[in-house]
Amino acid sequence: MAIIEVVDLVKTYDRKVAVDGVSFTVDEGEIFGILGPNGAGKTTTVECVEGLHTPDGGTIRVDGLDPRRDRAELRARLGVQLQQSELPDRIRVGEALDLYASFYRDPADWRELLARLGLADRAKTEYRKLSGGQKQRVSIALALIGKPKVAVLDELTTGLDPQARRDTWDLVEQIRDAGVTVVLVTHFMEEAERLCDRIALIDAGRLVAVDSPAGLVSRVDGEQRVRFRPAAPLDVALLTELPEVSHVERHGPQLVVTGTGNLLHAVTSVLARNQIVAADLRIEQAGLDDAFIRLTGRKLTE
Amino acid sequence: MLKIVKTEWKLFLREPSMVVFAVLFPTVLLLVLGAIPALRTPDPTFGDLRFIDAYVSSLVVIALAFLGLNKLPTTVASYREKGVLRRFSTTPVHPARLLVAQVLVNVIAGVISIVLLMVVCWAVFDIDLPHHPLGFLVTCLLGLLSLSALGLLVAAWAPNARSAGGWATVVFMLVMFFGGAYLPRFLLPDFLNVIGEYLPPGVGALQESWLGVAPDPAHLGVLALVTLVAGTVAAKSFRWE
Ligand SMILES: Nc1ncnc2c1ncn2[C@@H]1O[C@H](COP(=O)(O)OP(=O)(O)OP(=O)(O)O)[C@@H](O)[C@H]1O
Ligand SMILES: [Mg+2]
Repeated sequence: MAIIEVVDLVKTYDRKVAVDGVSFTVDEGEIFGILGPNGAGKTTTVECVEGLHTPDGGTIRVDGLDPRRDRAELRARLGVQLQQSELPDRIRVGEALDLYASFYRDPADWRELLARLGLADRAKTEYRKLSGGQKQRVSIALALIGKPKVAVLDELTTGLDPQARRDTWDLVEQIRDAGVTVVLVTHFMEEAERLCDRIALIDAGRLVAVDSPAGLVSRVDGEQRVRFRPAAPLDVALLTELPEVSHVERHGPQLVVTGTGNLLHAVTSVLARNQIVAADLRIEQAGLDDAFIRLTGRKLTE
Repeated sequence: MLKIVKTEWKLFLREPSMVVFAVLFPTVLLLVLGAIPALRTPDPTFGDLRFIDAYVSSLVVIALAFLGLNKLPTTVASYREKGVLRRFSTTPVHPARLLVAQVLVNVIAGVISIVLLMVVCWAVFDIDLPHHPLGFLVTCLLGLLSLSALGLLVAAWAPNARSAGGWATVVFMLVMFFGGAYLPRFLLPDFLNVIGEYLPPGVGALQESWLGVAPDPAHLGVLALVTLVAGTVAAKSFRWE
């Protein structure tokens, strides 16, 4: 059952169109990813859902509510982690949670919540003395303090080290397992692939596709990548003219050839004919980032 | 709401510079000035009052001006810059509550600061307490509210915390100057004194109520008007993000 419905959402800042006719639905109990490059309009989209912006067009329903008209009720049911938001420097973690808990009719027990987030020993620590990862977890705690039905988490692992990132992923799964629908905004492929039941791909304000990670990848199935470092200069045109090759990219000394069919054979034949040795040769199956390139003609992260 | 005020109050107490300037500074300044014998001797230029007698109302101005025009706008602007206000908007509680809580914290701090000042005035220097306590209380309150409204106006219009600090300082200096905090008021030309009497926080009304007459309603009216106008404009034009 759909808990969030977005139809033809349009949002313009001054003259710049940030979101241009985006539609999707989020089902109850799923982790729904919104994936796209910087400036794609992800934050703008979810902030319209949160009722922080008034859309210029389209309709939004969250658990049957209109985010602008039913503001107050929406805020009681929706937990939000903003992309950029801090707390006062000197507030203690426990104080912040206690304060925010008082804003809701039936709040979660904040001590229990802190323990679940691995912050039990930080309750008396001032916000400014927390590490980046700990701040992020406090932010998640504040999003969950009101026992929301839906939690919207915007870029929750940006700036975290790999270990903290994986810990946070486990946490998001726990939140979902506790029955909360999660909307996760990210520009990390790996994060989306690992966590999301379904993903909306957004590029330049437009919705490119909505599908499961596997479903997105299957759209480029059969596509592969050959990566190598030519020992001598190589005319790229020799590769691009092959029927198996869809495109070639240069990464410093490395060449990345994407294509279908017997790609490896086709590429190595060309190299052999030109007597060029390929060092560090690797072959990779298509993933979510290839799906993104295929669907938008652009790369997700540069 | 009570919890927001309580939390903001705790945060205020944890900023040592704020507490020192808003609560202790006027009293300390009184003690320092009072330690100078010449300033403790009645002088015919002040109508046989001592310098410190005449300067007390300016000390009150210092406390009120600091709270309304320094602490308030810088705190509010930094809350906006850090996204504290924005995070409030995602909860069932409107961020305006946070601003109201700030003003209430100002009132509490102002009361403590002025009571402390009065106690030292009375116990150490034998300066009379305000002769018209009710008028004095009303004037202090209106004075602080009018300065807080101006402070919020600065915070509403300033693009970021840094420029809020800058703008607030300009207004702060003006208020301090007209309030006689830099140059005692009897050294200022008459026309400046007249302006100062009406300007928030209403040093004219402060002095009157301290010396025993009910404050001039015109003075109080100006303060109330400033509070109302600046407060409304600030509320209407406030940017939450
Ligand atoms: N307040 C604003 N005023 C004007 N333009 C804005 C504003 N907020 C965002 N934009 C513009 O709208 C577009 C979409 O921004 P948005 O923040 O939604 O992107 P995003 O997908 O969340 O990007 P990121 O991955 O960097 O967070 C961008 O081009 C941005 O410059
Ligand atoms: Mg964003």
